[in-house]
Amino acid sequence: MSESVTPEGLPSVRVVLPAPPLRLFPGAAADVRIQAYTVSDMLDVLNQRWPGMRDRLADTSPAVRRHINIFVDGQRAQLQTPLVDGADVYVLTAMSGG
Amino acid sequence: MPESVVILIGTKKGAFIAEGTTERSAWSIRGPYCDAWPINHVIGDAASGTIYAAGGNEWFGPAVWMSTDLGQTWSHSSDGLAYADGEAPIQSVWSLRAVNGHLFAGVAPAGLFRSDDGGVTWVHLDGLQKHPSRADWMPGGAGLVLHHIVAHPSDEKQIWIGISAAGVFHTADGGKTWEPRNKGTRNDFAPEGQRYPEFGQCVHAIVMAPGVPDRLYQQNHCGMYVTESGGREWESIETGLPSTFGFPAAAHPRDPDILYLLPLNGDSIGRFMPDGQAAIWRTTDRGKTWQALRTGLPQDGAFFGVLRQALATDSLTPAGVYFGTSSGSLFASADEGDSWFRVAEHLPTITSVEIMPTNA
Repeated sequence: MSESVTPEGLPSVRVVLPAPPLRLFPGAAADVRIQAYTVSDMLDVLNQRWPGMRDRLADTSPAVRRHINIFVDGQRAQLQTPLVDGADVYVLTAMSGG
Repeated sequence: MPESVVILIGTKKGAFIAEGTTERSAWSIRGPYCDAWPINHVIGDAASGTIYAAGGNEWFGPAVWMSTDLGQTWSHSSDGLAYADGEAPIQSVWSLRAVNGHLFAGVAPAGLFRSDDGGVTWVHLDGLQKHPSRADWMPGGAGLVLHHIVAHPSDEKQIWIGISAAGVFHTADGGKTWEPRNKGTRNDFAPEGQRYPEFGQCVHAIVMAPGVPDRLYQQNHCGMYVTESGGREWESIETGLPSTFGFPAAAHPRDPDILYLLPLNGDSIGRFMPDGQAAIWRTTDRGKTWQALRTGLPQDGAFFGVLRQALATDSLTPAGVYFGTSSGSLFASADEGDSWFRVAEHLPTITSVEIMPTNA
């Protein structure tokens, strides 16, 4: 029983964001549904909704920032990681600082 | 005449603001702002009244924060504040300068950006990256950091920058092309016979003398200097000071012969106040002679340093002088440095001190 693909053919995923980046973007939601093929595309969609968010989560290496973790269905992901329909994506801040 | 003095404070854990009367008494402190990010520099733009804070966060990278209501609310941006994909990403924003409607930002790894819309979007002035010496720039202890930006007061094409440890560079065309301006400044870490290179010196601070745009003062890792030629030739002014090592420098608001420095006990044994006794040093004759100013400063167990952007003067008469320490204390003088009092203590490590300019 697979979840249906969206009419546009894009995988639809659930994205959960932690508190620290949410504080930087007043009005941003902690739990959102996004349609995107890859993690990188997902960040672009987040950036369209809340301008500047991609810069906070990825750098121009290009890569997910060193102290940010993105998990797709429990597996640590990179920018090019593909998304499958119905996936759960968790953006987490790594232990860091002093 | 302004009604209050506003001190803008950058720290390792956010920006803070101190407000006091023009008598420079009755201070109140508020903060931390900028979500307690590490903030390297906080400045005010007299024209717009905006406060800008530059920094970088381990999680979220570099950004410039801004507040148009004296710090009550803040937003941030790094739109355009990036090198091309594949190049070493920007770690942090280190220095700011607002001049003639432009806002400049120096970053690490060293580069210069400009915003023409109050810090919302940025363009890279990539001429600096194209300088032929770029491949040979070596990072200082804090990284390859562009930490000082000095703008000419009437010719907006002229900018001086300081990079640790590449040295001082000058542009006469708004950042398209640059030339090193380090002649006469020393690099004690080079082999004998190679201690006066064209570039590679570890500049710590550059400031312009008021009303004399070609006179710059410099605190270097290796000595203190003055130039009368916009940096084409530097001469040492370190004789009479307790060491050749320190970080910040601040010019007087009106007298081009007055300079304030905070020499430390050298670069290899702690980098704190000599003998644990705090003093700021003042020259009133362009560096010929120096006077230690200690009244009101701790004279026992003062094992703190003062970082490269953490010394400032205000524009009042008599001039106020302010510095913030690595141990989180903020000291001020309301009489040109003759006597001192503590405005704040127990703040995070202070990285920068500036006074909010006014149009009054």
